[in-house]
Amino acid sequence: MVFLEFEKPLELLYEQLDKIKEVGDGGVIDVSDKIKELEKKIQNTRKEIYSNLTGWQKVQLSRHPERPYTLFYIDQIFTRFTELHGDRCFADDKAIVGGLAKLGSQTVMVMGHQKGINTKMRQYRNFGMANPEGYRKALRLMKMAERFNIPVVCLIDTPGAYPGLEAEERGQAEAIARNLFEMAQLKVPILCYIIGEGASGGALGIGLGDRVFMLENTWYTVISPESCSSILWRSWDYKETAAEALKLTAEHMLEFGLIDEIIKEPVGGAHTDPEKMAKSLKSHIKKELQTLQEMQPDDRITARIEKYSKMGDFEEVDLNEKKPAKKK
Amino acid sequence: MSWFKRLKDGIQTATKSKKEAPDGLWHKCEKCSELSTHKELDENLYCCPKCDHHVRIGSEKYFNIIFDGKYTRLFDEIVSKDILNFVDLKSYQDRLDAIYLKSDVSDAISVASGKVNKKPLTVCAMDFTFIGGSMGSVVGEKISRAIDYSIENKTPLLIISKSGGARMMESAFSLMQMAKTSAKLTLLAKHKLPFISLMTDPTTGGVTASFAMLGDLNIAEPGALIGFAGPRVIKETIKRDLPEGFQTAEFLIEKGFLDFIVNRKDLKQKLDDLLTMFTNVESEAELNEEPASAS
Ligand SMILES: [Zn+2]
Repeated sequence: MVFLEFEKPLELLYEQLDKIKEVGDGGVIDVSDKIKELEKKIQNTRKEIYSNLTGWQKVQLSRHPERPYTLFYIDQIFTRFTELHGDRCFADDKAIVGGLAKLGSQTVMVMGHQKGINTKMRQYRNFGMANPEGYRKALRLMKMAERFNIPVVCLIDTPGAYPGLEAEERGQAEAIARNLFEMAQLKVPILCYIIGEGASGGALGIGLGDRVFMLENTWYTVISPESCSSILWRSWDYKETAAEALKLTAEHMLEFGLIDEIIKEPVGGAHTDPEKMAKSLKSHIKKELQTLQEMQPDDRITARIEKYSKMGDFEEVDLNEKKPAKKK
Repeated sequence: MSWFKRLKDGIQTATKSKKEAPDGLWHKCEKCSELSTHKELDENLYCCPKCDHHVRIGSEKYFNIIFDGKYTRLFDEIVSKDILNFVDLKSYQDRLDAIYLKSDVSDAISVASGKVNKKPLTVCAMDFTFIGGSMGSVVGEKISRAIDYSIENKTPLLIISKSGGARMMESAFSLMQMAKTSAKLTLLAKHKLPFISLMTDPTTGGVTASFAMLGDLNIAEPGALIGFAGPRVIKETIKRDLPEGFQTAEFLIEKGFLDFIVNRKDLKQKLDDLLTMFTNVESEAELNEEPASAS
């Protein structure tokens, strides 16, 4: 088990538990009561820690090395997943995976950012940071889905689009912009789930949909707390402060009206019970797809554009006034 | 002079406007170090008389370059709000208040409608001096309304980008402006109204990764820095120096992302050429007449 720094009390309890179990294994002393007691304590401590997480702690959880990634969810939720590769222009990006799959009798086009599960795989997946060909592959799959009237499900988990030299040469900005433009008019339903990190344009590049949901311990905003700290505080030391200031948690996003709903995670985070997490995600996808499929494509597109048109908050001042009227 | 005073007048009369010149009589070119007077520079549309380096200019200068005299400013009443009570080294509200005191513009983008050699055009132009031309809710909303206006009045749309990217102090609200502006642009396309995107120095981040790259025509000023990630971030990522001319307009046109590069002096004529390309008329003479449908 991997413990995050704020989980220290839990780690200590688990250590105690291990020691007591060892004693018990000796067979001389009956430790069953002690074990029960400790297990209860662990449960309560976990509840306590997790009922009051800060923004930064949620960022850490969203990056937990044991957190389930896109391919795990695909495997748990769908059947007959057939991965489709390549953007037909340049390459196959390993940081975004996608393909056709069945959800019961319904065919879906599912895609998402993919992070690696060990050092070697993390390199292979480029840490979930896609290049332009990743976004173009995603768009190719979406356009195919549209042709065959297949709904699209996007799982988002990225620290950002890759800021590399070749990425610029091949038009990282154009690739993301094109996806936003095309997704706005896609005739089939699009469901988006932030399952881990939702960093900036790299997340949004497959994140424009009819409904957008966040798992409980994820974050979504325009910049990582680290980069925000380095730019606005001119130091890397203010990531915790930046995470609070950015109001990047699922609760904030829901309050702002920028997402539609929060999906509960098991206490302790999705990684403590990945199967349970996948199960609740599955039933959620089923329910949401059904609702969206009842709508006419044109109505769906109109509502989608309307939804994004409303995003933003500003003041409208009387230009004859001397100063912009400010609410304080 | 503060922005709201001029805004009160509503309709602007061009050129004669204020000097707005930086301090001192001489301007030293940041590229070739040539000295020129501000008057010379102004007459040369803020391009260096010696090396043609395009100095960054604001929205009003572009309006004056592009439009035939009079134009109408739109949506100036929309101003930024500290949605999140965001505080870094300074509070967002304090930053806004400080800028209002010295700025000529009310946010990082201004919208105006007017005529280019008698052809109607809606123009959005960004101001780098306003928090680095960053895109917050106001930039998104003004572009959104400019698109509605273009559709209502059946005019083509020009957006002149000049931005460091997203406005971090508006966090996810600023991110969503990428989705908002891109989604709204699909409506302009549905109405078959051309969208010209002019990228000027610099155009980076979320602005590039949304409306700036979505033009029916993507054009740029010479030498403009255009990219998704900033050069510093890329350098830190790849841990080596960037090739000469990387992420310039000249680099982007070679990579296939621009239709052409336009010198500021030729901008108005080029726009005129483009606008006629999207207009079907009976005779060539009609191209120079005022369109009957214009409002
Ligand atoms: Zn010069």
